[in-house]
Amino acid sequence: MTLAMDEAPGMPLNRAMLKSARRRERRILSGLALPALVLVACILLIPFAWLAWLSLFDAAGNLSAQNYARLLRPAYVGSFLTTFKVAGLVTALCVVFGYPVAYLLSQLSARAAQILLVFVILPFWTSVLVRTYAWLVLLQRNGVINDWLLSMGVIGEPLALVHNLTGTIIGMVHVMLPFLILPLYASMKAIDPVLLRAAANCGASPSQAFRQVFLPLSMPGLASGIALTFVLCLGFYLTPALLGGGRVAMWSTQIADAVSKFSNWGAASALSVALLVVTAVVLWGVRRLTDALSFSAGKP
Amino acid sequence: MLNTPATSTQVTHGQRLWLYATVALVMAFLVIPCILVIPMSFSDSQYLEFPPRSLSLRWYEAFFTSTEWIQSAVVSLKVAGLTTVLATVLGMLASYGLYKATSVFTPITRGLLMLPMMIPLIFVAIGVFFVYARFGLNNTITGLVLAHTTLAIPFVMIAVGNGLKSFDPNLERAARSLGASPVTAFLTVTLPQIRISVFSGMLFAFVTSFDEVVVSLFVSSGANSTLTKRMFANIRDQVDPTVAAISSMLVALSIVVLIAAQFVKRKDA
Repeated sequence: MTLAMDEAPGMPLNRAMLKSARRRERRILSGLALPALVLVACILLIPFAWLAWLSLFDAAGNLSAQNYARLLRPAYVGSFLTTFKVAGLVTALCVVFGYPVAYLLSQLSARAAQILLVFVILPFWTSVLVRTYAWLVLLQRNGVINDWLLSMGVIGEPLALVHNLTGTIIGMVHVMLPFLILPLYASMKAIDPVLLRAAANCGASPSQAFRQVFLPLSMPGLASGIALTFVLCLGFYLTPALLGGGRVAMWSTQIADAVSKFSNWGAASALSVALLVVTAVVLWGVRRLTDALSFSAGKP
Repeated sequence: MLNTPATSTQVTHGQRLWLYATVALVMAFLVIPCILVIPMSFSDSQYLEFPPRSLSLRWYEAFFTSTEWIQSAVVSLKVAGLTTVLATVLGMLASYGLYKATSVFTPITRGLLMLPMMIPLIFVAIGVFFVYARFGLNNTITGLVLAHTTLAIPFVMIAVGNGLKSFDPNLERAARSLGASPVTAFLTVTLPQIRISVFSGMLFAFVTSFDEVVVSLFVSSGANSTLTKRMFANIRDQVDPTVAAISSMLVALSIVVLIAAQFVKRKDA
């Protein structure tokens, strides 16, 4: 491991020796990532390859597309549609609620922004399970929200807010909002305020300056926030499983049921492979889109 | 006050009241569920109410006197502790190696190591469950630690990578030219400089493991159930207020962690 420069004085230092010493050190340094790589290979890549292989065979062990053909059954197609509907709706709600928050944070002084960021980061650091439980308690039939609405006379009888799609979406928006707000805030923070002042100097009204300068410049950050949220929603298990109460069949809950209820590894593996492919395609598509957007926003 | 300009485009605070109102509502939506569970956990009744009609510690007592709950809390702490050590060491080595020696393989290595963060947890869970079944690793602490370490490595690498980005590599070169071996130079010069980042990576690794539910749900059971697995089963099958007491303690813990993180950051600056 010693470099040529560590050798005793008087040793002939020639270029070849230095070069080979440097190469040896580089090899050792590149090897430092090896233990982590081996672990990732054992825990992620081998199971993936194994499941993908398994998905190509039917129950009798013959090569067939049966497992994938099964995905076209109405029950599975329904769950894909639900998954995309939920992911789309949750992402849209996150954009509607998250964009104003990120915008205001980016306009405030560093000190004020830091204080307000605590409101975004506290839920981010709190376990998803705890937050999902909190929503369950708040939204249940005799929960706080129904109690308040009843006592204020807004509703005549308790609303079904949980163990259905409504509860799932409320809980998921709560989990996903920080994932949209934090990257969006970071990218808005990088927009030079001088550009907005320049727009105002050139006669743009405040809303014009926002629409024609700020909004386009915030698009790449928004696109990557949307991609992150959407992809996280596609494979999200915990909240749909608890707040959906078994009534919201999503992709992830179907995979879990195929394994734990039916021990149907063929279906589970085909569903998983399809989920990974869709996730990868969405990520790739958005990256292309983001590149195009940042290009049109003037950043080569 | 309302008529003073708020931005460089001369929008006044009055014209932005709707923005302030929206942001306040979103902030309330984000924080209230996390906080509200604390007063409710002191409720005396079987049904959680807010505000609680009478106060008691019975749900905390239910937690601390239950061997099952305590056992699973110990399992979770043990797994999270071991994961923190393993993930920090592996993540730091990988991050440092990739930082020092860049080659054509660097992007793909980095991509592979970041993969656990991007892959849906449900997939990791069933994949690990499937492979562990062949090696007898299901329901073992070892199995949980290995899976959680994989999930935590990306977070450690991001944290340590950030530290290395602001580290001056000349300091290490100076140490080497003064005769320090690569290991000594790393341990006595580089590591102390990036210690805050390493520490935040450790924090992330601990939280990743301690809060992890989906993988634990599949690969832990019986005496080696994690706290989150037991909570999940409890929440799904009945709304037991003991979970409210545990949740409150976890929320309190995240507030403490948040304050500690702010404090470390300030000290660092």
